[in-house]
Amino acid sequence: MPLRQQIVAVAIAISIFIIILELVRKRKLREEYSWLWLLTGTCLIVLTVWYELLLKITHLIGAVLPTSALFFFAIIFLMLVCIQFSIKISKLTDHVKDLTQEVAILKAANPSAGNSGPSDKG
Amino acid sequence: MASDTLVIIPAYNEERNISDLIHSIKQLYPSIDIAVIDDGSSDATARLAQGAGAWVLSHRFNMGYGVSLQTGYKYAVAKDYQCLVQIDGDGQHDPADIGALLAVVKDNGTDLVLGSRFLQQNDYRTSIFRLIGIHVFRVILKLLSGQEIKDVTTGFQAMNRKVLDVFVSDVFPYDYPDADVILLLSGLGYRIKEVPVLMHPNEEGKSMHRNPLNALYYIFKMILSMFLTKMRKY
Repeated sequence: MPLRQQIVAVAIAISIFIIILELVRKRKLREEYSWLWLLTGTCLIVLTVWYELLLKITHLIGAVLPTSALFFFAIIFLMLVCIQFSIKISKLTDHVKDLTQEVAILKAANPSAGNSGPSDKG
Repeated sequence: MASDTLVIIPAYNEERNISDLIHSIKQLYPSIDIAVIDDGSSDATARLAQGAGAWVLSHRFNMGYGVSLQTGYKYAVAKDYQCLVQIDGDGQHDPADIGALLAVVKDNGTDLVLGSRFLQQNDYRTSIFRLIGIHVFRVILKLLSGQEIKDVTTGFQAMNRKVLDVFVSDVFPYDYPDADVILLLSGLGYRIKEVPVLMHPNEEGKSMHRNPLNALYYIFKMILSMFLTKMRKY
């Protein structure tokens, strides 16, 4: 791999690392979501520095070009991230539903909190 | 709580119908309690329902028909009601049929009673696509459970406490509870029966679970949900 390509790839990987760590430090990203991105940055650095490994992986999966192998794994990574987000969104949807229902029932049980009792008993 | 029966009305922007519906139910069944689940309406649904003499459970956001139903189920269980009737807030269902549904639940040992629009002649009209959908779900239900139900998508239902205890749990499919719920109860050994009811056309066509934009997703989800319900162990 040409030196210029190596420098660009390592620079991108280090930038990802710094951005992710900064987001976690500022509590804008939770640790549980950061590991997949940090893993990606690590893989990128390893494959850039250890080009022979990239060639072996390319041969292993039957790809012709190392760039194809990289794109293949990038797509796999994005799919994993999407699945992880879908699972989390499903859980959050359940939690929002439960909380919304509980608030509605508590307000009905305590009319002073939500004034939701019948105003006309007849 | 004087009555052991609760009528729940899921409602989303139903200010034109809600008062009349509540007054009709109170006139026909004065001893039955009524709870309106206002699903984040932007109109006066909640205020009118409260003024008409119903308990109002308000969702902060629009959560959908199934979540509204489950809120009603949870409220019924929290208040220890033994029977529940669910009726749509758009005026399609005739409150006069509530008694027929309840009679079967209370006297006949049936766990879930479905108000069917296909067991007698009435002026109910719907789109050909919906009729095809109902027929497909009916066939799948028959194949998967052996249960022969004519109106698998009816929202007019009555149930006892045993069914309520199932519906307040996580197994309740709250996005579109229809034929998959019948399959679920059938698999658990609950007794289900249909009763003929009068159903009016939905003149405004804006009932919260009949949004045509969701039709394709609804059909896909229901077929998937029915097969997954059959595959799960409860």
